[in-house]
Amino acid sequence: MAIRINGAEIAVPDDARVSLLGLLREQLHLTGTKVGCNQGACGACTVLIDGERVLSCLTLAVQADERSVTTIEGLSGAGSHKLQDAFIEHDGLQCGYCTPGQICAADAMLREIAAGVPSYITADLAAPARLTREEVRERMSGNLCRCGAHNGIVDAILQVAAERTA
Amino acid sequence: MNPLSYHRALSTADALSRAGDGAARLLGGGTNLVDLMRKGVERPSALVDVTALPGTIEATAEGGLLIGAAARNSAVAAHPLVRSQYPMLARAILAGASAQIRNMATVGGNLMQRTRCLYFQDAAASRCNKRIPGSGCEAEGGFNRYHAIIGTSPSCIATHPSDMCVALAALDARIHVAGAAGMRTIPLVDFHLLPGDRPDIETLLAPGDIILAVEIPPSPVARNSAYRKVRDRASYAFALVSVAAGLSVREGSVEDVRIAFGGIAPKPWRAFRAEAALRGGPATREAFEAAVIEELAGATPPPEAAFKVELARRTLVAVLTELSGSDR
Ligand SMILES: Cc1cc2nc3c(=O)[nH]c(=O)nc-3n(C[C@H](O)[C@H](O)[C@H](O)COP(=O)(O)OP(=O)(O)OC[C@H]3O[C@@H](n4cnc5c(N)ncnc54)[C@H](O)[C@@H]3O)c2cc1C
Ligand code: SF4
Ligand code: FES
Ligand code: FES
Repeated sequence: MAIRINGAEIAVPDDARVSLLGLLREQLHLTGTKVGCNQGACGACTVLIDGERVLSCLTLAVQADERSVTTIEGLSGAGSHKLQDAFIEHDGLQCGYCTPGQICAADAMLREIAAGVPSYITADLAAPARLTREEVRERMSGNLCRCGAHNGIVDAILQVAAERTA
Repeated sequence: MNPLSYHRALSTADALSRAGDGAARLLGGGTNLVDLMRKGVERPSALVDVTALPGTIEATAEGGLLIGAAARNSAVAAHPLVRSQYPMLARAILAGASAQIRNMATVGGNLMQRTRCLYFQDAAASRCNKRIPGSGCEAEGGFNRYHAIIGTSPSCIATHPSDMCVALAALDARIHVAGAAGMRTIPLVDFHLLPGDRPDIETLLAPGDIILAVEIPPSPVARNSAYRKVRDRASYAFALVSVAAGLSVREGSVEDVRIAFGGIAPKPWRAFRAEAALRGGPATREAFEAAVIEELAGATPPPEAAFKVELARRTLVAVLTELSGSDR
């Protein structure tokens, strides 16, 4: 029974009540992942499981058994991630509390777009989606920012997306 | 939360053998169950994870679609057949929750998420007939803007929160269920129950039953279909009113039509009366107006949700007008 977290094999907690968020922060001291609402409503706790964005507050750690979890610490690695640099450049944050969740969510969202997955506002559901400002806003709606840095966040994501397709 | 055991079921037989235990609950993505456990509303002592059971999405021999209960909501919405053949279903799923929650949520869990309101989730301080039968309903005379306007009872006025189920109701979906007595199939429109005097009982599932799949039959109207959701903010909010509709028009008259509403009732609300009023008649704005007025004639909205009658009327008329092509 083990969860791969940022590349390291971690034993699954004996107590099935422990959330993935609790395991990350309180047992592994990976405090980049934040606790906001603890009820699925804010996105601050977003991490990647097998590359897909999920909420660690509503995931029991044991559900991640045999799967691979990446947190903001794993994404940035030794240096910084392109999205982190772009957030700084575009003032995509103020207090920074929502930022790790925003970056994890944006990282996965860019892969979803690359795979052509539609959103609620995509006009033609059968065609591959294109990344517009409106699409970013809709696709990032699961991450709230109480400082209201959303415009900078959208700019940062669009810049990274443009660099990747260039 | 109570101490818990956890088991990931690797076969239906394995899941069935454990699900019969009264204190056990099935676990899909956990986005509803784990939340309610943390709030002290649900208190299982054993969880049987059913996400390793089949979650494939495939065409059926008769030209419909079969979706395994463990399919994630996002996988269903992204599937090429769903996007091209059942646009109302893809868009309904994409209208629900957030990308993170849709990645976690399963089809089985979405069908079985609780019909609920905020008072139901406030175990510490609010009376609720659904949580504790006979204790009263805090929403009556309280905050009831998000509550139901039709199909309610004096005991409960909560809405069914699912977007996906609204599209499935309009698509005549059938639920495949395994239980102690074997397999059975339940039409989605019968699956969820109105509250009556037992708001704590929300579906036809018996304890120990497991949803294995959802089947959508071939539909004459699915390709020309739409889902529209009206809410207090543009994204990541529950519906005030939503409409799933499919329409085929021939020489100006309604050849066939399917309509279901979300946000207005304790279950996904299939608008059978409106459909009957429209079928064979003119595909005009006036006819759409008359049909929805007939459908909602029995509405008894609580004070703060009175606006939903008019909102439902306008939303349906707008969707049908668009589908009929007469706004072009
Ligand atoms: C913040 C937030 C916002 C949301 N907004 C929306 C929204 O706008 N629109 C919307 O539609 N939904 C919304 N949801 C609800 C979400 O769609 C549901 O929580 C989700 O679909 C439940 O699926 P799950 O797999 O996580 O279920 P779980 O939480 O795992 O389970 C839910 C129930 O289903 C039962 N169950 C699971 N699988 C099976 C099975 N195979 N057979 C029988 N029973 C089973 C469980 O025992 C449990 O009782 C929101 C949720 C949150 C937290
Ligand atoms: S509306 Fe239903 S769920 Fe809400 S408080 Fe009343 S009884 Fe409980
Ligand atoms: S802390 Fe998980 S969504 Fe808010
Ligand atoms: S930067 Fe403060 S919450 Fe987003």
